[in-house]
Amino acid sequence: MASVSIRKLDIEFGSIKVIRELDLEIAEGEFIVLLGPSGCGKSTLLNAVAGLLDVAGGQIWIGGKNVTWEEPKDRGIGMVFQSYALYPRMTVRGNLTFGLKMARTPKADIEARVAKAAKILQIEPLLERRPSELSGGQRQRVAIGRALVRDVDVFLFDEPLSNLDAKLRTELRVEIKRLHHELGSTMIYVTHDQIEALTLADRIAVMNGGIIQQLASPKEIYRRPINRFVAGFVGSPAMNFVDGTLSFSGGSPAFVLPDGARIDLSGYAFLGQVEEGRKATLGIRPEQVDPFERGDHTSQLPVNLTMLEPMGADSLVWGRVGSSSFSIRIDGDQHIDTPARIDAFFSPDHASIFDAASGNRL
Amino acid sequence: MTSVDLAAGPSGPRPKRLTAGRVGLYAFLVIAALFFLIPLYVMIITSLKPMSEIRLGNLFALPSDPSFYAWAKAWSSACTGLNCDGIHVGMLNSVKILIPSVIVSISVGAVTGYALSFWRPKGSNFLFAVLLLGAFIPYQVFLYPLVRMLSIVSLYNSIPGVVFVHSIFGLPLMTLLFRNFYAGIPIDLFKAARVDGGGFWAIFLRLMLPLSTPIIVVAAILQITGIWNDFLFGLIFAGRENFPMTVQLNNIVNSSFGEKEYNVNMAATILTALVPLFVYFVSGRWFVRGIASGAVKG
Repeated sequence: MASVSIRKLDIEFGSIKVIRELDLEIAEGEFIVLLGPSGCGKSTLLNAVAGLLDVAGGQIWIGGKNVTWEEPKDRGIGMVFQSYALYPRMTVRGNLTFGLKMARTPKADIEARVAKAAKILQIEPLLERRPSELSGGQRQRVAIGRALVRDVDVFLFDEPLSNLDAKLRTELRVEIKRLHHELGSTMIYVTHDQIEALTLADRIAVMNGGIIQQLASPKEIYRRPINRFVAGFVGSPAMNFVDGTLSFSGGSPAFVLPDGARIDLSGYAFLGQVEEGRKATLGIRPEQVDPFERGDHTSQLPVNLTMLEPMGADSLVWGRVGSSSFSIRIDGDQHIDTPARIDAFFSPDHASIFDAASGNRL
Repeated sequence: MTSVDLAAGPSGPRPKRLTAGRVGLYAFLVIAALFFLIPLYVMIITSLKPMSEIRLGNLFALPSDPSFYAWAKAWSSACTGLNCDGIHVGMLNSVKILIPSVIVSISVGAVTGYALSFWRPKGSNFLFAVLLLGAFIPYQVFLYPLVRMLSIVSLYNSIPGVVFVHSIFGLPLMTLLFRNFYAGIPIDLFKAARVDGGGFWAIFLRLMLPLSTPIIVVAAILQITGIWNDFLFGLIFAGRENFPMTVQLNNIVNSSFGEKEYNVNMAATILTALVPLFVYFVSGRWFVRGIASGAVKG
């Protein structure tokens, strides 16, 4: 077990700065997920922690030791790749023992460690097979096993489940979570799949353009996104965004739609002072809107419903608010007539408000 | 859905096997094969005739009394310049040059290609460009400087000298071949081995080399045929005692002394061509693959 500390890290490919001045502190035993779209620098960051590419500036510390210029093998890390990267000409046992043989581990010790790892990952019957004779899920277990036998302090996962089909992905996701509970190792996990991020992470670092946009617990990321990018990237279907202006005249804060309709915002915790008439975007998640009854909700907004989309456990109602597309999630048993014009109810403290220009949370 | 009688098997007429296109194709192939086989046919029957029969000038006629006299003479007693020991001396020399040259050039090319595609040291792209450039300069340009260099280190006129020259000139093609092959191996495999603690040689020997069998075969074919057929380097760098088979063949065929013994010349030529011929026969598929993969595509 070890903590990982990334300090003012710069990474350049030629003249392009891929990552600049990135700081990230990861506690011992923490499961951190780097989440972001393709090309956001998340895999690059992971490769830098692994020591597989040269950094242009800054430092990387693992377990209280500056490893910025150490070889990958001296960092106490194990890595699992999207493509599994199993050594094709070796058996599963050969794959598991390659690293141990490189480190000149005593033979009896190797046997014991392979047996233990195989037991944890339930790959004992596969030990004498070649990678080509394994299914995708089995291959990824072996790849995890390769890190496991080396008794590493930090596990690095580079989109390990992206090549698997949906069912296996769910299965192995649970497996990885179980592994984290059993081993208590520090784990850094790169993915573009928000479900993996939300289910696995102690904390999520949402990245875009080589910068960490928000670093927080899954709940915080989901409930209180720091800017419009995070809000739009996390959540499926995506958060609804409605453009308008903010008004503080008349006692309580309100969101004014372009057609002049006022939506009451009392209860929303603004981060700072906001002036009258600021152009802003109101963000509400589809499940935080109730199209049927007011209940405890204090605010309402007018929605033109166009279509109902049943998805099994729940249904999506699609419509428009002004010129913006708007979706509402309702229970799969419920029905709503479309097209229709209704008032939908929500609570401002569950909504997010972003500056229209900068995209930052207000 | 209509029901289908499975027991009746597929319905409709069976597709014709013999179409006009097929016939035309085979006719073309047969004619092409004949065209290229005629010289070989002439060589073989001429080598089996005595000189008296050759003088009659019936080039395509079968020998009336086939004998291996010319083959025996070509092998053991034809005159190559001053010595009259036949071509077998040259064959031995060729083997002595071939085996180390092939091993050294492939080994060095494989390591260079591996280093260039995975480790990418600073300036590796520049190095590779220079290497490729070297492959396009006619090597006659290098002959004199190389002769001077080798004589300074006392390798001139020796088998190690000619092996060295073959290895140097094989390097660009071998490097290109291996570099392109390794470029097709997922980089994650290399990264995984690095994380597992593999060093430069451990990754090469234990991981990459076992994967390289196809490209090693291709490289071996290219190098064996190329080095065996080489004339110039053998003539210049090997020295009188170590002339390879090709040089001795030339000495037999081009001797301007006495009557031209066509039967001996033909036999000697076929003997010299046996090794590349054998390589082509056993490795046809691989040879085509080698030309199609590494050498051409960038």
